Amino acid sequence: MSTETLEQTEEVAVVKKPAEGLLSKRRKAFITDPLNEDNPITVQVLGICSALAVTVKMEPTLIMSIAVVFVIVFSNLIISLIRNLVPNRVRIIVQLAVIATLVTLVNEVLKAYNYEMYKVLGAFVGLIITNCIVMGRLEAFAMGNKPYDSVLDGIGSGFGYAWIILTVAFFRELFGSGSIFDFKIFEAVGISNFATNGLMVDSIGAFVVLGVLIWVQRSKTGYVEH
Amino acid sequence: MDLVSLGIKAVFVDNMIFAYFLGMCSFLAVSKKVSTAIGLGMAVVFVLSITVPINWLLQEFILREGALTWLSADFAEVNLEFLQFIMFIAIIAAMVQLVEMVVEKVSPALYGSLGIFLPLIAVNCSILGGSLFMVQRDYTIAEASVFGFGSGLGFALAIIALSAIREKLKYSDVPDGLKGLGLTMLITGLMGIAFKSFIGIAI
Repeated sequence: MSTETLEQTEEVAVVKKPAEGLLSKRRKAFITDPLNEDNPITVQVLGICSALAVTVKMEPTLIMSIAVVFVIVFSNLIISLIRNLVPNRVRIIVQLAVIATLVTLVNEVLKAYNYEMYKVLGAFVGLIITNCIVMGRLEAFAMGNKPYDSVLDGIGSGFGYAWIILTVAFFRELFGSGSIFDFKIFEAVGISNFATNGLMVDSIGAFVVLGVLIWVQRSKTGYVEH
Repeated sequence: MDLVSLGIKAVFVDNMIFAYFLGMCSFLAVSKKVSTAIGLGMAVVFVLSITVPINWLLQEFILREGALTWLSADFAEVNLEFLQFIMFIAIIAAMVQLVEMVVEKVSPALYGSLGIFLPLIAVNCSILGGSLFMVQRDYTIAEASVFGFGSGLGFALAIIALSAIREKLKYSDVPDGLKGLGLTMLITGLMGIAFKSFIGIAI
């Protein structure tokens, strides 16, 4: 009896609180923070593995970004929905199972509709499973927050990841292959003898471009690591 | 002889870090001190050498198209490859757990130094990457074992070398924005150039 009344008063309290706007200030921060101040790659140092491997050209990078945004948003949503049902001890396995299922979906769709890209990306689509951003957001956010907030957080982190790897890919393709989205940009503006830089196509280019990008971004935000 | 050459290639030329960027997260996060880097490196060698052959067996006898014919000829058409990711990651998580339990039982000293790194390894990209590359490249079981061990060794070598450099760098005056991750990325790039000189080595 007493618990019932307690629940009732609680319910009343919930109703009385004015409903939070769909995009209130707090919620906007979920999306905008990971884009810059709390960027998953440059500040939190997560998900670097796949960030670098696919960035030789813009096109595979774009596909990879879409795949990662999809996986983060939906795994955040699913884990957030079942967060109270999962015992703490087995949560890692449950999270991995959810992520692996979503990645399998992405993989099969890619295989069916864009076989060329499927071959280019190869094993790296599968490696989204071990992308620390996805696991990190599930652990740090979705396990303790409501579904809608978790989706927003997923969108923010996903796009924070996407714009960094797209920027890296832009510079690597521009200097490594002299093109953007396979469009020969230097020939189009009349420079036909542009010497492409072999190091940019190589893995080394990715390290250096990302290193410099982190430097620029951190000098702007004033973030210092100790 | 092919196996020796494959092993050396896996350590130096096709290095998990410098050629494929796999395991970068822990590579960057755990490379501040040499002693912890050695712990993580050993744990990765250990787990990679176990999981790659096991996942090879899984792929060969359960997942591949027509792999189930050893059960009954009716299964010749069955292709379970879409289950690959889930099965591989489950095997990896289970093996990591098992290794952790065995090490704790057999050698508490090793567990003390390795212990905290073992759970981390389940989500280390280089472990899953090793298994996926093994499938992509059609290795035999012997090749898969050598490849797993070699890749692990390459990772260990890279992370120990980086941590040694970072220990020395503690005393240098670095621009604020470049401190930590930025500088580490640039160093990794330079180390990658050094490793490039192994390309073309054949034994």
